Amino acid sequence: MTIFINACLINNFVLSFFLGICPFLGVSGKVETASKMGAAVTFVMVISSVCAYGINVLLAAINAPFLQLISYIVVIASTVQLVEMFVKKASPALFKALGIFLPLITTNCAVLAIALLQTSKGYDLLQSVTFALGGGSGFTLALVLMAGLREQLDFSEISGIAKGTALVLLVGGILSLSFMGFAGVGG
Amino acid sequence: MSLTDQNKTNKGFFSSLGEHQGTDDFLRGLWRDNPVFVQVLGMCPSLAVSNSAMNALAMGLATTFVLAMSNVLISMLRNFIPKEVRIASYILIIATFVSMVDYTIQAVSVDLHKSLGAFIALIVVNCIILSRAEAFASKNTVGRSLMDGLGMGLGFMFALFCIGSIREIIGSGTFLGMQVMPDAFEKWVIMVLPAGGFFTLACLLLIFNHFKLKKSKT
Repeated sequence: MTIFINACLINNFVLSFFLGICPFLGVSGKVETASKMGAAVTFVMVISSVCAYGINVLLAAINAPFLQLISYIVVIASTVQLVEMFVKKASPALFKALGIFLPLITTNCAVLAIALLQTSKGYDLLQSVTFALGGGSGFTLALVLMAGLREQLDFSEISGIAKGTALVLLVGGILSLSFMGFAGVGG
Repeated sequence: MSLTDQNKTNKGFFSSLGEHQGTDDFLRGLWRDNPVFVQVLGMCPSLAVSNSAMNALAMGLATTFVLAMSNVLISMLRNFIPKEVRIASYILIIATFVSMVDYTIQAVSVDLHKSLGAFIALIVVNCIILSRAEAFASKNTVGRSLMDGLGMGLGFMFALFCIGSIREIIGSGTFLGMQVMPDAFEKWVIMVLPAGGFFTLACLLLIFNHFKLKKSKT
């Protein structure tokens, strides 16, 4: 439980570790897309976290830690491919809305970071899955919060130079400040 | 060296080089299509490891190396890699170089490796590298890809260095570890915290946008 709260709120992946900023800036336009994107990322995180755990045990057995990075990324890439095929079949509209950002989950640093961090912290299988779930929901939370704010911002008048990424970054900074308030919740 | 000096050397560098193809590929990445400020790619490392100028430089160097090497290798292999599995092959090539860099940094300086943390391994998923591989190296000759990789890498390093210097000077009153601000200066602790990264980058982007708008009007 501590691990979950820790990964979700206190060390929120987006707002205090700066992981997964690209989709955070790119797909946070609408609440609906954002929440589905978050769900997809969380799914990939959990699967790759389980696989990464297995791979780590295997690599330790054959004494080849230098293959770690390469095998992790292959697992993530194939999981993403799986999710992509599933989404395409299940909901073509969502597939269109997510666009290029769906295959880009492969290069979402948050996913790889989950795998790497759980290895370096020496979590067991259950802890790893909790960690991945927490990280995923933290990512979703940040994405949905940002999307909600951006939907409101659409109604206000903004001067030309602040439009786009710069404004989103400013809002992100303020969000990050408020998430600092969670420090100490999980103990 | 202050930021204005950095700008000056860049400008001098600009005028002293001719306009032929190789240098053009190089300069495009450095300034006109700067990966961070103009294309807004690779935000994660540029926010996360820019809390001091030293970290920013090390990260920039590591990324430049990976970018240049993977661009060269991908460009060499561009006629052999089947189109269907190209992304997977690119990622494998990139991951190999990143592993090399990771172990090299660990061997050279354990402290540096610690302060950069997981972000060295995360160069694999830096969008800049994959986007250059896909958009440039897979279509162009080895020489041009090398120049493009170097240019983009140095452009990334320059951006990181800007953010890192600002955050380090205001946030901890030092520059590359030396104290530059008087003792009476009240440090803005927020600048070395995550939120400071967002704000600094947002301000730099505002400045860039300002110039872009001005240019498009004239």
